[in-house]
Amino acid sequence: MADRLHELVARSLMIDGATVTDDLRYNSIPEWDSVAHMSLIAELEDAYSVMLETDDIIAMSTVGKIREILRKYDVEA
Amino acid sequence: MSEATDIPGSRIEAFLEAPVFGLPAAEKRALLDAELAALTAHHRASCPAYAAILETTGHTAPADSRNAPFLPVTLFKLHDLLSVPREAVFKTMTSSGTTGQAPSRIFLDAGTAALQTRVLARIMAEFIGTRRLPMLVIDHPSVVKDRRSFSARGAGILGMMTFGRAHRFALRDDGMAIDWDALEAFAEANRGQSVLAFGFTFMVWKHFLEPLAKAGRRLPFDDAILVHSGGWKKLEAEAVSNERFRAEALARGGFARVHNFYGMVEQTGSVFVECEQGRLHAPVFADIRVRDSRTWAEVPHGTPGIVQVLSVLPRSYPGHSLLTEDMGVITGEDDCACGRLGRTFRILGRIPRAEVRGCSDTFAAPAPALADG
Repeated sequence: MADRLHELVARSLMIDGATVTDDLRYNSIPEWDSVAHMSLIAELEDAYSVMLETDDIIAMSTVGKIREILRKYDVEA
Repeated sequence: MSEATDIPGSRIEAFLEAPVFGLPAAEKRALLDAELAALTAHHRASCPAYAAILETTGHTAPADSRNAPFLPVTLFKLHDLLSVPREAVFKTMTSSGTTGQAPSRIFLDAGTAALQTRVLARIMAEFIGTRRLPMLVIDHPSVVKDRRSFSARGAGILGMMTFGRAHRFALRDDGMAIDWDALEAFAEANRGQSVLAFGFTFMVWKHFLEPLAKAGRRLPFDDAILVHSGGWKKLEAEAVSNERFRAEALARGGFARVHNFYGMVEQTGSVFVECEQGRLHAPVFADIRVRDSRTWAEVPHGTPGIVQVLSVLPRSYPGHSLLTEDMGVITGEDDCACGRLGRTFRILGRIPRAEVRGCSDTFAAPAPALADG
């Protein structure tokens, strides 16, 4: 079954969903740069109805980290 | 972060754990001296061009921050200075540079870039908090469009965008006029609320505050924050003082909190931010020295001179101790009424031309000896 967070990341970064894993790292591919990161954050906030703090979005350095930080907001991504 | 901590003797984690404006002078001094000495040794070992400069200028002993050899920023325009293999460079930042000059080229590896982001966030949180406010970018959208090579301006805006949410750009791509539709939508959505705005000083004045005044418009924000940077040179020509700038920002935008900051592309991240008292503050990650242009000795507090900036962030290029092209004056240390510790200073403007020539003469000798990379 497809992972909802992986789908969101793939859609936001406009990359193939099959290439998204929890280990995918910010700035490791051209599609996930600082510009893309800002739109990804906005989409995460929309999709999961959370308000992330500056420290959270800096700490979101991998897909797994995003999942972990969302959990802090009681979101199971 | 491993790249950033692999430098022998570096205690960067201690800086990240320290209060940003809470270390008394002696304590900060001890931490900073040791880190800068470790950085000088690292760059000497990793950047042959830097080692050649130190050799030629007679810096052979281990250096503390008082005598950490300073490079004039122009060297980054003349030479590619790297302390990592080219393959490790993940982003190159360029500054626009003065007319007729080549731009500076600053080579970032992943570790230095990540450190810049973390430190900028630590510093800004001390002034604007950690909650991300709705944000107005006082520039045009295409400034961050070219994702492969950012200008210093685009990189500066992107760096600041992290601190806001629901971003809107206030200016139009064609001709820098106010985008009234975008601005009105943003104003409506945030009426009576605090918002964050960021732009470069001259742009904020010329393309935002002045046109708002001309149109007789006032934005409906309350306790809003305006952060701006980029220097006063162009505004001084129009006789706009910091006081007038702040007054107009409050009157036109409801910006009760205005923070200028001083920083350079060569030391991105460790910025010096203006407090509520109007003083620029050195954070724990950075410091400032003011030097006499003839003897290069430090001048007493209150005496104008040439500004030297120190930063513990540059790891992939030898930019931890730089002589700027700015005149400044130290206004105090650990004594600001805002309660933040550290040195405070004011920037007085660019060095007059004759003195700039003097500086580059001083460093002209080692330049031909520099090998690329």
